[in-house]
Amino acid sequence: MSDPSNKPVTEVEDIKARSAHLRGTLAESLADPVTGSIAPDDTQISKFHGIYQQDDRETRVERTKQKLEPDYSFMIRARVPAGICTPAQWLALQQIAADHSNGELRLTTRQAVQLHGVLKGDLRTTMRRINDALLDTFAACGDVNRNVGCTPLAENAEVHRRASRWAARISEHLTPRTRAYHEIWLAGSPLPGNEPEHEPIYGATYLPRKFKIALAIPPLNDVDVFAQDLGFIAVERFGKLIGFNVAVGGGMGMSHGEPATYPRLADVIGFCSPAASVAVAEAVVKIQRDFGDRTDRKHARLKYTIDDRGLDWFVDELGRRGVHLRAAVPVDFEQTGDRFGWSEDSDGLWHATLYVPGGRVVDNEKTRLQTGLSAIARILKGEFRITPNQNLIISRIEDTQKEEIQRLITEHGLDLWRDAAPVRRNALACVALPTCGLAMAEAERYLPQFIGKVEELLARHGLSEQDLLVRITGCPNGCARPYLADVGLVGKAPGRYNLMLGGGAVGARLNQGYRENLSEERIVDELDRLLADFVGNRDSGEPFSDYLHRAGILESQPHG
Amino acid sequence: MPLGKLESGVSAARPNINPVIQQDALADLDSAVADFERDQLLWASGYLAGLAVARATSPAQRPVAPAEAPAPASSTEPAAPWTVLYATETGNSRFVAQELAEAMSAAGQTAKLVDARDYRPATLKQERQLLLVVATHGLGDPPEGTEAFFEYLLGSRAPRLPQLSFAVLALGDSSYEDFCEAGRQVDARLAELGAVRLLPRVECDLDFESDADAWTKRVVEQARARDGVHIAPVHTLRAAPTAPSYSRRHPFQAELLTNQKLTGRGSSKDVRHVELSLEDSGLSYQPGDSLGVVANNPAPLVEQFLEYLGESPSADVSIGQEALTLGEALRSRLELTNATRSFVQAHARNSASADLAALADDPRALAKYLKSNQIIDILRQYPAALSAQQLVASLSKLTPRLYSIASSLDANPDEAHLTVAVVSYTRDGYAHFGAASNFLAAGPSTVPVYVEPNDHFRLPQDSAAPIIMVGPGTGIAPFRAFVEQRRHQAAVGKSWLFFGDRTRRNDFLYQLEWQRYLKEGALTRLDVAFSRDQAEKVYVQHRLRERGAQVYAWLMDGAHVYVCGDAEHMAGDVHQALLDIVAEHSGRSADHAVSLLSDLKTQGRYQRDVY
Ligand code: SRM
Ligand SMILES: Cc1cc2nc3c(=O)[nH]c(=O)nc-3n(C[C@H](O)[C@H](O)[C@H](O)COP(=O)(O)OP(=O)(O)OC[C@H]3O[C@@H](n4cnc5c(N)ncnc54)[C@H](O)[C@@H]3O)c2cc1C
Ligand SMILES: Cc1cc2nc3c(=O)[nH]c(=O)nc-3n(C[C@H](O)[C@H](O)[C@H](O)COP(=O)(O)O)c2cc1C
Ligand code: SF4
Repeated sequence: MSDPSNKPVTEVEDIKARSAHLRGTLAESLADPVTGSIAPDDTQISKFHGIYQQDDRETRVERTKQKLEPDYSFMIRARVPAGICTPAQWLALQQIAADHSNGELRLTTRQAVQLHGVLKGDLRTTMRRINDALLDTFAACGDVNRNVGCTPLAENAEVHRRASRWAARISEHLTPRTRAYHEIWLAGSPLPGNEPEHEPIYGATYLPRKFKIALAIPPLNDVDVFAQDLGFIAVERFGKLIGFNVAVGGGMGMSHGEPATYPRLADVIGFCSPAASVAVAEAVVKIQRDFGDRTDRKHARLKYTIDDRGLDWFVDELGRRGVHLRAAVPVDFEQTGDRFGWSEDSDGLWHATLYVPGGRVVDNEKTRLQTGLSAIARILKGEFRITPNQNLIISRIEDTQKEEIQRLITEHGLDLWRDAAPVRRNALACVALPTCGLAMAEAERYLPQFIGKVEELLARHGLSEQDLLVRITGCPNGCARPYLADVGLVGKAPGRYNLMLGGGAVGARLNQGYRENLSEERIVDELDRLLADFVGNRDSGEPFSDYLHRAGILESQPHG
Repeated sequence: MPLGKLESGVSAARPNINPVIQQDALADLDSAVADFERDQLLWASGYLAGLAVARATSPAQRPVAPAEAPAPASSTEPAAPWTVLYATETGNSRFVAQELAEAMSAAGQTAKLVDARDYRPATLKQERQLLLVVATHGLGDPPEGTEAFFEYLLGSRAPRLPQLSFAVLALGDSSYEDFCEAGRQVDARLAELGAVRLLPRVECDLDFESDADAWTKRVVEQARARDGVHIAPVHTLRAAPTAPSYSRRHPFQAELLTNQKLTGRGSSKDVRHVELSLEDSGLSYQPGDSLGVVANNPAPLVEQFLEYLGESPSADVSIGQEALTLGEALRSRLELTNATRSFVQAHARNSASADLAALADDPRALAKYLKSNQIIDILRQYPAALSAQQLVASLSKLTPRLYSIASSLDANPDEAHLTVAVVSYTRDGYAHFGAASNFLAAGPSTVPVYVEPNDHFRLPQDSAAPIIMVGPGTGIAPFRAFVEQRRHQAAVGKSWLFFGDRTRRNDFLYQLEWQRYLKEGALTRLDVAFSRDQAEKVYVQHRLRERGAQVYAWLMDGAHVYVCGDAEHMAGDVHQALLDIVAEHSGRSADHAVSLLSDLKTQGRYQRDVY
C-alpha cells in the first residue's frame, strides 16, 4: 500500500491541472499539419472528450523504416446512457462511421458505441456530426464518471423505464461543466464570456482515475454490477421500482506481476430510494475525489481507496456527507448473458435481442448487420438498446411492425443467435489488437477461433448445451470483465494467456488464476482434462465452476 | 545596318527568309538549288558558308570586325577561336558541348566552352565562330536560367552579327508539341541578325547521342575546311573542362545499399528511397545535382515485347554494326517506353498506317498522344507483323534518366540517395512500367550511374541566408539534400519547406526526418498541402498564398527561393502564386512583381529544377 502523503502526484494530475479545464493544447494539436497525432499531454486530455489516440500496431516497424510516423488514428467513444438510442441516432452513427472511420461501429461492454480509425483531420467534423445527432462523447473516457450502464431489458417495462431514466439523470448530473468540449469541437474557438469556470463536483483536477456506474435490474446481472465502482441494484416491489441496493468498490483492472493490483467485487452497503440515487452517486464520487490516491494511477480506483481505509470508514464518510443508507434488500440474480431472440414486455411491446459477434456492426458473408440495421432503423418506431455484452436489442417494437422487422432480420442474416451455441453467443472479448495500445495478445479477433476449440471440447465431453461463460482480454485491464467468467483468458504475450477458472456465478464470484502464460494448445489440454474430470464427478445440475471449487481444484473464496 | 532598316527589309511575302539578301537574288538561289536532294542542299550550305568565311577574311569586307578580332586564318597564324555555347537544364546539351569542345581541341582548334547562363550576351558582337547546343524545356521554352540570354538575343536590343559564323544543334523531345523550339529560335534569329550559318540546324530527339555525334564530326570537318590545308598545332586556349571520369557513356556501377518504400500501405503511389554507394568511384556531387541512371528495361516489359514479336530472346539482331541477341537489345540497349516521332514514323511505315503517319506530322496531336501512350501501346494499337530486326531498327537508344540527389555527400560520405516515384499503371488490361523507376524498384545489386551537375540549383553561398524550398512529391528530394547539408554545416540561415502530396497518412515523404529537423531547428518551418485529405484540393501554391505575408517578408529578408518537381502544372502555379504574393504584399503593380522575380532569377535567388 502506498502512502499518498509524501509521494508526488502523477504526471497526469499535473497535466489536468495545467489543462485549463480540459483544454490543454488540443486546438493547437489539431492545427499542427506535420503530424497525424496530437501532443503527448493532449492525449491525456482528449480522453475526457471521448477520444483516444491510437496507432496501427501492426505497421509500426514497417512505417519507421518508411520514415513515416506511426499510423495514428483516433478512437471515439460516444456516450449512450443506459445504452438507449433512437433509430435516427443509430442511422447517424452508421453514416458517420462510414464517412469518417474504418466504417464499423463497435458496441462496447459498457453499452456505448465506438468508432475506430478516425484521422485527426476528420476529428472535428466527426464530433460535430455526433453532436448533431444529439449524442456526445464528453466524459466517455477520462478521469470522470463514464457511460452509466443499465440492464437494457426487463419484463417489467415500467421498471426498466424508471431505472434507465435514473441512469441518464446520474450521467447528466456527473457530466463535467467545462465549456472546453463545446469550444474545441463545436464552436472551433473560445466562447464569449470569460467568467471563471467551476466544476462543482469534480474540481480542477477531476477524479484521480476513471469512475464507473451501472444499474442492474434483477434477475439480470448483465451489467456485472459487482465490477463497477458504484453499482445500483434495482429493487422491485409489486411491479414498481422502490429503490436500489448500493454496491461500491468493484473493478476489474490489474497488472501482471503486481500483487498490489487486483480485481475486486463491489460490496453491497445498503439501500436507497430511486430519487436518492443521484445524491448517493455524487457523494461517492466526491469521496473518491478527496481520498483517491493521486500519486499512483495503478492504485487510484475507488476499490483501493476502500481497501486502504476500510468499508466502515467509507460508510461513515458517506454519513458525514449526509448520505445515510437503509439496509440492503435481498435480491436474486439469474444470469449475466443476454436473452436472445424475441421477448414481449409488460407494455405489450416486442424486443428482438440480436447476437452481434464481437460487437462489430459489419457486413460480411454471414451477416449484414450494417445494411440490415439501417433498413430496420429507417422504419422502426421503437428504439435501439446496446447490451453490456456488446449485443443489440431492437426494442419497443409495436405489434404492427413485428412481422416486417422479423422479415428484415431474416433477410439480412441478423438472426445469428439461432445457430450459435450458448458458449459462443455468451462469450465476450475486448477490442485488443490491432487498435488497443495496451494489448499484449489478441482477443476480439481470436475469440471465434478459441470458441471453436471449446465447442469441440464440449462436444467431445457431451456438454454441447453447457452454458460455459468464456471471456478473453488482450491484457489484464479486464475490459471484457474476464475475472467473472467460468473460463477467462487474460493476454500475457502474443499467443499466450493466463488461464482463469471458477467465476461465472452470475457475476458474484471472481475466478482464479489457474495456470499462467499458456499457449492455445496447453489451454485446450488443461480444459480437456478438467472437463473429463467434471463429466465423471459432477453432481447433477452442478455448474463447472462450482465443481472446480467443490472438488478442491480451486481454493474456495470468501465471495460467492 | 540599323535595326529599323533590318525590320523594314522583311518582306511580307517571305517573312521567314533571311532579310540580308535581296528578293530576286534569293529567287535565283532558290532556282539554282531547286533540284537538289537533301544531302546536296546540306553540302551546298556548307559550301556557301565556306565562301562567306573566305570573303569575310578579305580586309575590305570586314568593316564591322572588332579591333581585337583574331587575325584571318592562314597557314602561319593560329585559327580563329571557337565558342561552344550550351543552354541546358538537365545536362544533355552540356554533355554534347563538352564532347564537341574536346573534339575541336583534338582537331587543333581553339575552343572555349561556355554555359549560356554565364554568358554575357553583349559579347556576341565579338564572337567570330559560335557553336550552339540548345535544349528546349517547359513548353517550348529555353532552359531554366538561360532566359536572359534568350531575351537579349530574340529582343530588339540584339546587334547585327554579320561577322559571326554559327551552327546550332537543338536538343528536344518530339513528344512535346514545340519540338526543339528554343534551338529553332536561336538558329533563325542568328541568321536574321546577319550571321552566317555554317551548317544547317540539326534537331535531336531524346536519343540525341548519335545525331549529336554526327553533327560534332561535321562541325570539326567544317572547322578544318575553314583552315584550308593548314593543320593547326594542337593547342587550346583553355583546356576543355576535364570530363568526369564516369559519364553517361561510362557510368559507374554503384552498389545498391537500400531500396526502401516510403509510401505507406494505404498509398496509391509507390515512392522509393534508394541509397547507392559511390565508394571508390571518385564521384562527388553537391546538393542540387542529379544522378543519371542508365537503367536496364524491366524484365516484364521486355517480356511484353518478345510476346508481341512472337520471338525468342535469343533471336539475332543488329544495332548499327553490332550483332547481338534480341533479348540483350531489348533489355539494355533500346528505349522501350518513351516513343519519339521517328519511331512513330517508322512504325507508320511498318504497319502501313496512314493514320499514324498523319499523327507523326501533327506536332500538337502527337504530343498529346505520346503523353499517355508508350511504345508498346502504339505497337498494340497499330499491329504489324514485325521481324525482330524491323522492330529493333525502329527503336531508338535507351536514354538515361535523371534523379535529383536527395542526400548531402558531407552528411553521407560515399553515398548518394534518390527519391524515386515508381511509374506503373494498368492500361487496356496490360501492366505498364516506367523503365528506370522499375529497374530501381526491383532492387538490382548495382546501378549504373553518373553525376549530372546543376550549378544553377545551389544553396546560397552565404549559409546565413534564408531559404524557401517548394518541393511537392519527389520534388522534395534535393531539399532533403539541402537541409542535410545545412544541418551538417550547422548553418544559421532559416529554412522553410513547402511540401505536398496526396495524403498525410501515407504520402508524407521523409515525415520522421522533417519532424526531427523541425524539433532540432535544422528546418525552421514546414507547411504541407495534402490534396486528398479534405474535400477541396489543396496544393503547395495554396499554402504559399496563405502564408503570403511571411513569404514576402522572407524574400525581403534576402531569402533564396527554390522550386523542384512537376514542370507541367506545379512550377507554373507556384510561379503565379509568387507573382501574386509579391504584387499584393509590396502593394505595387503586377509589373513590379514580374521584374522582382526576374531580378531574383538573375541574382540566382530564384532557382528551379523542374521536370
Ligand atoms: C471498448 C472496451 C472493451 C470492449 O471490447 O467493449 C474497452 C476498451 C479499452 N479500454 Fe477498457 N474498455 C471497455 C470496458 C472496460 C471495462 C468493463 C466495464 O467497465 O464494465 C473494464 C473493467 C472495469 C474496470 O474499469 O476496472 C475496463 C478496464 C480498463 C482499464 C483498467 C482500468 C483499471 O483501473 O484497472 C484500462 C486501462 C487504464 O485505464 O489504464 C482500459 C483501457 C481501455 C482502452 C481505452 C485502452 C487504452 O487506454 O488505451 C481500450 C480501447 C481499445 C480500443 O481500441 O477500442 N480499460 N474497460 C470497453 C468500453 C466501455 C465503455 O463503453 O466505456
Ligand atoms: C532534372 C530531373 C530530375 C528528376 N528528379 C526526379 C526525382 O528526384 N525523382 C523521380 O522520381 N523522378 C525524377 N525525375 C524524373 C525521372 O527522370 C524519370 O522521368 C521518371 O522516373 C520516369 O522514368 P521511367 O524510366 O521510370 O519511366 P519511363 O520509362 O520514362 O516512362 C514514362 C512514360 O510512361 C507513360 N506514363 C507514365 N505514367 C502514365 C500514366 N499514368 N498514364 C499513361 N501513361 C503514363 C508516359 O508516356 C511517360 O512518358 C527527374 C527528371 C529530371 C529531368
Ligand atoms: C520538363 C521538361 C520539359 C520539356 N519540354 C520540351 C519541349 O517543350 N520541347 C522539346 O522539344 N523538348 C522538351 N523537353 C526535352 C528536352 O529538351 C530534352 O530532354 C533534352 O535532351 C534536354 O537537354 P538538356 O539536358 O541539355 O537540358 C523537355 C524536358 C523536360 C524535362
Ligand atoms: S483489456 Fe487490455 S487489451 Fe483489451 S481492450 Fe482493454 S486495455 Fe485493451
